[in-house]
Amino acid sequence: MSLAYYPGCTLKTKARNLEEPAVASMEVLGFKLEEIPRWNCCGAVYSLAEDDLIHQVAPVRNLIRAKEQGQDKLATLCAFCFNTLKRANLLMRENGEKRDTLNSFMDEEMDYGGEVKVVHLLEVLRDEIGWGALAQKVKLPLRELKVAPYYGCTLLRPREVAIDNVENPTILREFLEALGASPVDFPESTRCCGSYQIISNPDDISEYARDIFNSALSHGAEALVLTCPLCDYNLGQGQKELMKKHNEFKEMSLFYFTQLLALALGLDPQVCHFELNYGSPGSLLREKGLLS
Amino acid sequence: MSVKEEKKNPAETAVKEKKQIAAKLIPIYIMGKRYEVPEGLTIMKAMEYAGYRFIRGCGCRGGTCGACGTVYRKPGDYKLQVALACQKTVEPGMYMAQIPFFPANRAQYEFTDLTSTPEEVFKLYPELFRCVACNACTKACPQGIEVMDAIAALKQGNIAEAARLSFDCIQCGLCTSRCFGELAQYHMFQLARRIYGAKILPRAEHLAEMIGTINEGRYDQILDELKHVKEDELKKLYQERESEPMAAGEDWKPEDTRYL
Repeated sequence: MSLAYYPGCTLKTKARNLEEPAVASMEVLGFKLEEIPRWNCCGAVYSLAEDDLIHQVAPVRNLIRAKEQGQDKLATLCAFCFNTLKRANLLMRENGEKRDTLNSFMDEEMDYGGEVKVVHLLEVLRDEIGWGALAQKVKLPLRELKVAPYYGCTLLRPREVAIDNVENPTILREFLEALGASPVDFPESTRCCGSYQIISNPDDISEYARDIFNSALSHGAEALVLTCPLCDYNLGQGQKELMKKHNEFKEMSLFYFTQLLALALGLDPQVCHFELNYGSPGSLLREKGLLS
Repeated sequence: MSVKEEKKNPAETAVKEKKQIAAKLIPIYIMGKRYEVPEGLTIMKAMEYAGYRFIRGCGCRGGTCGACGTVYRKPGDYKLQVALACQKTVEPGMYMAQIPFFPANRAQYEFTDLTSTPEEVFKLYPELFRCVACNACTKACPQGIEVMDAIAALKQGNIAEAARLSFDCIQCGLCTSRCFGELAQYHMFQLARRIYGAKILPRAEHLAEMIGTINEGRYDQILDELKHVKEDELKKLYQERESEPMAAGEDWKPEDTRYL
């Protein structure tokens, strides 16, 4: 079955370790991720200014690309792209005046009214494949791998785009359980990584990272699982800074959820591009007998 | 401005030439001033007819050098139109001005030191990420290039695709003149094509082989002979040479295969 898919720019450069294992895994699960043609930047961040419609043009244009293909659903992998596209979609569906303004500005495109449904790949795994069916496809259960789900913000906030319960999400825990791993709940799992504050206040980022890592560690986690390249960057860079400043700080591995998926499905680990990860995921996985 | 009005009264010139040219005259507005010019002329020729003499903003006159980018509007239409002055014929009532040059910073780099990674482009042109996908660039391209898509390709690190999409770019700069994000698209594309051509495309092995053959002196004797042939004999050799037929197949070979 084919599924229209929006990758996002970062997945083609820095976060190939998020995309490539996803494409390979979905194929095993019977879904072909079909990249929509002529896609552009998602807009990077959803603009909150009421009258700043120019920054809605990029996400809406991508939704139009999906509609042009006759698709009624668009899957995303990057949590940030998911958030921006889904919120722009809601705007087009619910705000007639702004919809008209945007449609008339993009007079070279077909009109759009929010017809396409934006979904995150985790939702496809949960709602279309199901955890039970996924568990049955697992060839290499990630036994004894103690992973803490880190959601960050963009899969859960604001409420109207959340893929799960905003206060107490379980989707990543259920995902990890299906792969045979040992999920570790921890109170910082939905805390913000600092997002684009990395540019103006980089010191704050390593403080956030310290709280997140310390909390995960004290609850017994050996690694974090992520869905967002910006969380990955901030936690990865933050960790590097912490190691420079504090001798006692212990490095923790960061995984994209798709890497663990591909590994558990028994795919060639090369597709996971662990070499692009922060930390030393290889040594942790070898220690657990999950990588030779 | 890079165009100069000649001293003689253009209206006077127009009256004189009116008698010689049978074509119907139509009104156009060059930088806001009305002129009557024969229909069917290109914008460039119409401007010259009206008395302008180009010392800049005019190059090949064949639609490939990109020196004569022009913007215009038609009566009753709010849309800005673009054209190359040497290619587009005048239309009644068009308001126009040439934009032969548009300031745009070109990054300085030592090309041999560049790699083919996307980050090279990001570092040299960080404003790339100011693009909001408004598509004004594409609408302003007289070459019909999908400028916005080529910029998107660069953001995605796909230098080869940016080079392919921008292949017809003549660097007129009209995209840049319209850019909301203040990007210098045409310079970015030039960098993409340079990196693609020199560092991504595979080297042609047969070219190196051929250069080797030439250096070994395989053609020295025949070239030397040709240098000393009398003019008449050279003409005869040229006229009687064996040409490849128009519909020759892949396996066609000349009768004389000594130099293949």
